[in-house]
Amino acid sequence: MSGRRGEWILRAAKVVLFMACLAPFGIMVREAVAGSLGANPVETLLHGTGDWALRLLLVTLAMTPLRRLTGLAWPIRLRRMLGLFAFFYAVLHLTVYLWLDRELAWSTILEDILERPYIGVGFLAFLLLIPLAATSTRGWMRRLGRRWTQLHRAVYVIAALGVLHYLWLVKADLREPLLYGAILLVLLAFRLPWNQLRSVRRGLRADRSDP
Amino acid sequence: MLIKRPADIPSSQITPPAIYRRRREIIKAAAAGAGLMMGGGSLLMRSAKAASETAGGERIPNPRPSPLSTDEKPTSLDDVTHYNNFYEFGTEKTDPAANAGTLETRPWTLVVDGACESPGEIGIEDLLSGFTQEERVYRLRCVEAWAMVVPWVGFPLGDLLKRFRPTSKARYVAFETLLDPDQMPGQRRSVLEWPYREGLRMDEAMHPLTILATGLYGELLPNQNGAPLRLVVPWKYGFKSIKSIVRIRFTERQPPATWNRMQPDEYGFYANVNPAVDHPRWSQKRHRVIGEGLFARKHETLPFNGYGEQVASLYSGMDLRRYF
Repeated sequence: MSGRRGEWILRAAKVVLFMACLAPFGIMVREAVAGSLGANPVETLLHGTGDWALRLLLVTLAMTPLRRLTGLAWPIRLRRMLGLFAFFYAVLHLTVYLWLDRELAWSTILEDILERPYIGVGFLAFLLLIPLAATSTRGWMRRLGRRWTQLHRAVYVIAALGVLHYLWLVKADLREPLLYGAILLVLLAFRLPWNQLRSVRRGLRADRSDP
Repeated sequence: MLIKRPADIPSSQITPPAIYRRRREIIKAAAAGAGLMMGGGSLLMRSAKAASETAGGERIPNPRPSPLSTDEKPTSLDDVTHYNNFYEFGTEKTDPAANAGTLETRPWTLVVDGACESPGEIGIEDLLSGFTQEERVYRLRCVEAWAMVVPWVGFPLGDLLKRFRPTSKARYVAFETLLDPDQMPGQRRSVLEWPYREGLRMDEAMHPLTILATGLYGELLPNQNGAPLRLVVPWKYGFKSIKSIVRIRFTERQPPATWNRMQPDEYGFYANVNPAVDHPRWSQKRHRVIGEGLFARKHETLPFNGYGEQVASLYSGMDLRRYF
């Protein structure tokens, strides 16, 4: 994709992606208004927003491997929007938890965060997302330079905390959180320095074959 | 014991289930028709069939009102039958209603044995005709911190147990759910240890509040609610109220209970509703009442789910933090 035409396509793709990322929220709002969120609407919203935060976080993490596999540049150019939508759903998730689930009872919320590991882990993941969302602008990228990349590596930790948060809260059926965990592992495996590993191994083999 | 005046209007008349169910069928059929046109018909057809099969339908003639019923407003039939924990049919709350159509509840035989003088079997028809069916409107408090009010139909468990003449060695009562992965597809994966098992102390089992339920909303139990026969112990967390029971056994020692074996620090054998003892992963001080909507406040959870006056004496002198 190059030139004006490429830019136009990318802009169109961004609009489509924006709508797609907003769709789960739209559906939740529509169902909330229609009263069709099921028998336990708060639980439906809590789980729905949490699911989408984690899904979009994983999709964000898939952009770098996608670029490497396809050689195309556009996945990286969509990455910021995906990451910010992951943050958007995380904010909604926290809001539903604090307001509708915990009813803004701050003492019990503090107790939850401190004493219940899965909530503590989820809260930590959210806190770590804040600086990433705040420094997602081009200005901050320029200002931070190489440190921007280092800072944004925190997303690996955040995704792992997100999966742990989910795994820890499930009562018995671990299939879904384990699936998210497996996808995360695959996405992280792409980040391993495979080329360096290969050359190290080649080096070792060469050593051994020496007389 | 606190004797409460029964509600003037039998709760079975508050929501007419027949009309309600017909509406569901119409919606399902319409969905199936639309699905067919879009080429995805077979799947929707199957779920439509399951839905019509799982609605109990058959009325239980003239269940007797009970002074033990609460006068709180029952949760809607839709919520009672579509928000269920019944892992034998899947782990999502909506799975049992969608999948329980495969359960065959006729014929159904209950085996009663163990420490008793006359062990034996009894069929579901005899259970329905041989015991006076009562309507018991009870609060149900799930360990997951939500609650409902359910108009059960059933009879005191003690009435059944006495017929088999338990001996002095009978200190506990053990219950078992059907084990049949063909009928209960959830049993094909070992999410829990199958068959589901639960147990009560003898005095808990004989308590007048403890019932075997055969129906709800005046009709035979829908499959997803534990047809054709389930336990209801209203002062304990819902997981104690074992569903689709095929065996009851009198034992001398405390019998194994499924959730307790799986996570002994999270699910106790007694599992009495107790706001003072939190689940390790969430608070038990308050609960959400199903059907009150998105912005409704939660309710304070009461010791023994509000049945303390009737049952607290069963546990006098016991440390309920230890025996949670």
